[in-house]
Amino acid sequence: MSELLVGVDRSDESRRAVEFATERARELGDSLVVVHVIPWSPFSFNTPEDNEQRPARRAAEIAAATTQVTEPMAAVAREVGVSVDTLVQHGDPVDTLIEIARSRGSAQIVLGRTGDGRVRRAVFGSIPSQVVQHASVPVTVVP
Amino acid sequence: MSGFPGVLPLSIDDTVSEYFGPISDFIVSVVFYSVTILGADVSLIVLWLIGAAIFFTIWFGVPQIRHLPHSLNLVRGRFSKPEDAGEVSHFQALATAVSGTVGLGNIAGVAVAISLGGPGATFWMIVAGFFAMASKMAECTLGVMYRRRHADGSVSGGPMYYLRDGVAKVSGNARLGKFLAAFFAVCCIGGSLGGGNMFQANQATAQIVSVTGGADSPFADINWVIGLVFAVAVGAVIIGGIKSIARVTEKIVPFMAGIYVAACLIVIGGSIGQVPSAFGEIVSSAFSPASVGGGFLGVLMVGFQRAAFSNEAGIGSASIAHSAVKTEEPATEGFVAMLEPLIDTIIICTMTALTIVITGAWQDEEASELGGVALTSSAFESVIPWFPNVLALAVVLFAFSTMISWSYYGMKATGYLFGDSTTAEIVFKVIFCVFIVIGAALSLKPVIGFSDAMIFSMSIANVIGLYILAKTVRNEIRRHLGKVESGEFARVK
Repeated sequence: MSELLVGVDRSDESRRAVEFATERARELGDSLVVVHVIPWSPFSFNTPEDNEQRPARRAAEIAAATTQVTEPMAAVAREVGVSVDTLVQHGDPVDTLIEIARSRGSAQIVLGRTGDGRVRRAVFGSIPSQVVQHASVPVTVVP
Repeated sequence: MSGFPGVLPLSIDDTVSEYFGPISDFIVSVVFYSVTILGADVSLIVLWLIGAAIFFTIWFGVPQIRHLPHSLNLVRGRFSKPEDAGEVSHFQALATAVSGTVGLGNIAGVAVAISLGGPGATFWMIVAGFFAMASKMAECTLGVMYRRRHADGSVSGGPMYYLRDGVAKVSGNARLGKFLAAFFAVCCIGGSLGGGNMFQANQATAQIVSVTGGADSPFADINWVIGLVFAVAVGAVIIGGIKSIARVTEKIVPFMAGIYVAACLIVIGGSIGQVPSAFGEIVSSAFSPASVGGGFLGVLMVGFQRAAFSNEAGIGSASIAHSAVKTEEPATEGFVAMLEPLIDTIIICTMTALTIVITGAWQDEEASELGGVALTSSAFESVIPWFPNVLALAVVLFAFSTMISWSYYGMKATGYLFGDSTTAEIVFKVIFCVFIVIGAALSLKPVIGFSDAMIFSMSIANVIGLYILAKTVRNEIRRHLGKVESGEFARVK
């Protein structure tokens, strides 16, 4: 049994990606891991007070993302009896998704075609397009 | 603003000076008690700091050279576990501490050193910066070793905690630990009001007045008004809780630092041929008895004093900023903190010094009489005529960010003394804002005297604690290096 990694945020496109991955997993008898990455860089500049509060804030961010993003998405798969795991991690969304897929040995990454505004997309490219370019496993982008 | 009649505001600036001057003079005479050696006034507190820096350099086996690559790898995240993402990284802790130290000390402090001690003071600043890397390493390792995790999940530390808990444990004398910690906390409140506040407000105001017409500036006689604006902005953050202002500043300051360094490089690059002779002058006048009153010892003291004021090693402030880092190995933050005097003093201060020496601005009588930021500004102006305006913006932002950092240090000290009492913290914050106005209204001399005295007084208890805990901290560093050698603490990328 292999695992499909679904990268999600709160968007409708992410929900469609989860539905697509759930369907595939059910057909193939695979499991899912629903991943949300909270954008974060170790090279940012903070105030001393931000740093002091950081451990508590990090825990709160992970808890909020779990209850508001990954668990509702995972419920879609659980409803139809697909085995599903959830994961929330801080980092660069593209690098983190690729690294999690590598470390867990995921067979495939599934993403919704969304996430960024026009300007950001024009300058940096969208998250799905960057994952497609750099991932070492097949990537499916769901419109 | 030009519509102000000037009579009342002028008297406000003067009244502040009249009352504050004698207080400042008294405090300076106590903290900077000097003895005369070979005709030079040698300040004992400066010797105290440089002595500690040299001691820890030897005690740790010259880590500045032997372990610099390890420090750089830690900052680059080469040892950071992926599961710690979202916590405070080594880089973030260093950047926060650096933004508290890089400020007017690097721009105005160097100018003060050169106007008092000639170019040779730069040499001693660099020497002091090199040794200071070791004392910074000691205090920041201890900061993490004895930090506190509060009930709400927040993490804070600093000399108050390693003095109270560490000294009590090692010496077996809880009273001594408590006394040193309380003494440090009182001095830290003073330091936050002096160097972390008044000096910043004073020099930022001086630069604003300078670029808006100098003596003809509409602000020339109403410096306190600029101070009031600063006080309102700082108050909005620390009392009003508008954190976004501080966050935006924290993001802009690194760019301004980049612009400042780039401008230094433009000035230096434009006269690249003169760099060897400028260095030659810096080195030769460092040992030249004719360079300043008191001969070479006099220059040395000026250089050491300004270096210590700029990089704050041995003062204990950075230990508060570094304590929030995510690590299970306290020594790692010591290695990272070691980079602070390197960036602050050896790189940035040297850039300022070369700019001032190469342009010959320090020989211009008028500018050197003004001293401080005005001297640095005139050095830039001689090559890039419009740069003083950019410098004014940079100075304002550096001053603001340093004030925010130091208000935090002062607040932590207040919290330690008064058991995290909200009333005490509010009172401290209001006093902090009042001191911004006082700092802006005063002339440079009493401000720099008071600022130095307050900042340096923090080192009395801190360095005693560092000596008591010297064995503890060296064991911790050796334990860490052993783990690195055995591969137990290994690179992850």
